[in-house]
Amino acid sequence: MEKRQTQATKVPPRVWITIIIVVMVSLMAILSATYIISLPEGSTYADIALLLLIFGAIGAGTSLYALMQVRKRIQRAKIESPPITTTLECKACGIKSVREFQRGDYIFKEGESCQKCKGKTLITAIYREVKEKEREVFPF
Amino acid sequence: MSIIAAMMTIQNGLMQFPTDIQTILSILFYVVFAVFMFYGQRIQMYIMIREVQGSLYRLKYIRDEGRKITIETIKEIGKPQTDPTVRIDRFLEYFTIGPQNLDPAGIVWKLEHILDVRDTRMKDEVKLMAPSADETQANNLENTLEAAMALNYIYKVIRHFYVLGRKTLSLYIIMQIQMILPLIMREAEAYASALKAFAYGQPIGDGAGALVAAKLAYGYEKRKIAKDCVVATVPLEGRTAFVIKAEGPGGNVGKPGDAIKTVIDENEGKIANIIMVDAALKLEGEPVGEVSEGVGAAIGGPGVDQFKIEESILKYHIPINAVIIKEDIGDAVSPMRKEIYDSVDKAIERIKQVMLERTKEGDKVIIAGIGNSIGIGQ
Repeated sequence: MEKRQTQATKVPPRVWITIIIVVMVSLMAILSATYIISLPEGSTYADIALLLLIFGAIGAGTSLYALMQVRKRIQRAKIESPPITTTLECKACGIKSVREFQRGDYIFKEGESCQKCKGKTLITAIYREVKEKEREVFPF
Repeated sequence: MSIIAAMMTIQNGLMQFPTDIQTILSILFYVVFAVFMFYGQRIQMYIMIREVQGSLYRLKYIRDEGRKITIETIKEIGKPQTDPTVRIDRFLEYFTIGPQNLDPAGIVWKLEHILDVRDTRMKDEVKLMAPSADETQANNLENTLEAAMALNYIYKVIRHFYVLGRKTLSLYIIMQIQMILPLIMREAEAYASALKAFAYGQPIGDGAGALVAAKLAYGYEKRKIAKDCVVATVPLEGRTAFVIKAEGPGGNVGKPGDAIKTVIDENEGKIANIIMVDAALKLEGEPVGEVSEGVGAAIGGPGVDQFKIEESILKYHIPINAVIIKEDIGDAVSPMRKEIYDSVDKAIERIKQVMLERTKEGDKVIIAGIGNSIGIGQ
């Protein structure tokens, strides 16, 4: 079971190896390009340096993109469980208190005694709040 | 076209290079051009396959998580003597064959019978899996299992198209699944959050209608009217309201069709109006929890209850009104959002308004709160 669960988040070793190799080759290409340019006769080999720089940049960009994709995949695989709030209302004094949902809670169930007057409380609401940033606002 | 234009730009940029490199790059350009010309569709297909594969990984994860939550919940609540894993795995593969519709006459009753058999079978299985669970817990477990079954089914269907697409290398097989994949993923994620809500017995968005009825009937005596359904007689705005809801707090939708029919028959058809309240799917762009009003039987499901309600109201020519609370599929099966909870009071106000406008003082009215009563008592 544990093995089955991690399959979605597990990244195959060959992917990591490929990324590492591409990063190393790209870095080598960029470093070589800078070295060639820094040479006194560098202008003679400017075309080769430019090519190395282009390939290095492409390689570095591709590996960065691959890393971002891997991170995204790991993040996406999590099932988020939002916090659920239970609201209790005192039947006697009407005071409302809010706490985290506990298993067995249901709307119109008698809750624990009121903290203020020790009267009986009633669960009047159970809900989850969606954060504002999660919502997308469209101009229509 | 844009790829070719980009390639032309690159090629023009490379014109400044010395001749030998320029020649190499020109050849490379034509090779790439030829590859895209002949294998463009195939490349596109592989990209689609990769996309479906990524979603399939996620679906598999969700399915496995669902299975894990179900097993853990059954073990925790039901306290079975033996490991229920094998039985649960077998249960996830259960199916229901709908009635033959070549001759549609009487199909509703056949469908109802099959659904009843399915329901009884599921309840029996849950009892065997979780012998220590009380009725409420058993209903919640049944709902949990149903969500796990839905996730298992979604995963298997997507896997089917993925494997078929890879085997046949048909762009159209892959394309059809890739196109609807975002919607399927949304549904799967909704079921994943539903699973936790069912396992913990939390009210879900679909229970908005049941919550409206529960709020109206709170403090009044309830009696059982039909299978998993209760009714309370409530004096409201000078009228007598028969408030119907599925019996909670266990996960139940009950049989509101039978409940409404029984109340109508008990009152010999002397019902001035029926007001149904239910959660309804919203269109994208509409706010969650928006309350709307209309006419007709506001009830989803396989259609048996809607048919029964329509038959009953037709017999006595009873007008039927509907009040709906809008939400999307994700909100409907996941723990109730605050916006939906807040809209319950608005729906009650709308019901009172309909009653005042459409009925006279002293009239009898049926108010049916439709939806899953999980986490909602009465």
